[in-house]
Amino acid sequence: MIPIGHVLIVSGILFSIGLAGLLIRRNILLILLSIELMMNAANLLLIAGSALHGEADGQITAFFVMVIAAVEVTVGLAVAVLLFRTRQTVDTYDIKWLKG
Amino acid sequence: MRLFLFYLFSGIALLSAVLVITLSRPTRALLSLIVALFSLSALYLLLDAAFVAMANLIVYAGAVLVLFLFVIMLQGIGAREAPLIGRFRLSYLWGAGLAGVAFLTLLIRLLGASGFQKSKIFSESIAQFGETLFKNYLLPFELASLLLLLGVCAAVSLVKKEDS
Repeated sequence: MIPIGHVLIVSGILFSIGLAGLLIRRNILLILLSIELMMNAANLLLIAGSALHGEADGQITAFFVMVIAAVEVTVGLAVAVLLFRTRQTVDTYDIKWLKG
Repeated sequence: MRLFLFYLFSGIALLSAVLVITLSRPTRALLSLIVALFSLSALYLLLDAAFVAMANLIVYAGAVLVLFLFVIMLQGIGAREAPLIGRFRLSYLWGAGLAGVAFLTLLIRLLGASGFQKSKIFSESIAQFGETLFKNYLLPFELASLLLLLGVCAAVSLVKKEDS
């Protein structure tokens, strides 16, 4: 028996690590990696809820999260490649001119 | 035994997650993310979500992260990061500290809470999973396939060179 509170704690810490990575990284690819980490923390929480209540709905939601994350990564990586091709950089400090 | 495996794989996942956000070489950060995803898949297996665990391995560790690896290799030496200290002002850290204290309080309350201690681990077969997916979630499933197609088209049209 896995206590569900501990799963929640692991998922929370994982999400916080991803959020910290999102804030302290400057390479745009590693920012995308941190977003992946946060999505997986949310997935862990969904699956724990599914196991707690004995329903399959949480697992299905986690499955959809994975699909949408794959799409997000595809488009994000295309944008990163485009950025690298036009500016020769992936540092977010060098694309400050994007802000409005 | 199950509890021990749960703590072991959670420890591995948290450790490699910390490595993901601290290592300055992108390839190493990516490989430690792969380690984190493998241990997360083990956690899914322990929580009786076999299908999601295998899909996680195939989709994430197999496809998405290899895509990441290709893009990182494409950039070569330009992808390496500035050292951590010079990256932001230290005076911004008080907000992070405040949020950290709030989160820690939440965690301690969660540890002491009694309502969360019981956990009924169910063992649902993969056939039941598929039945729920294709009966109750058929429309989102089809929409997800459409979204995947749109994502592929968007990526191709973004990266394609104009003059060729």
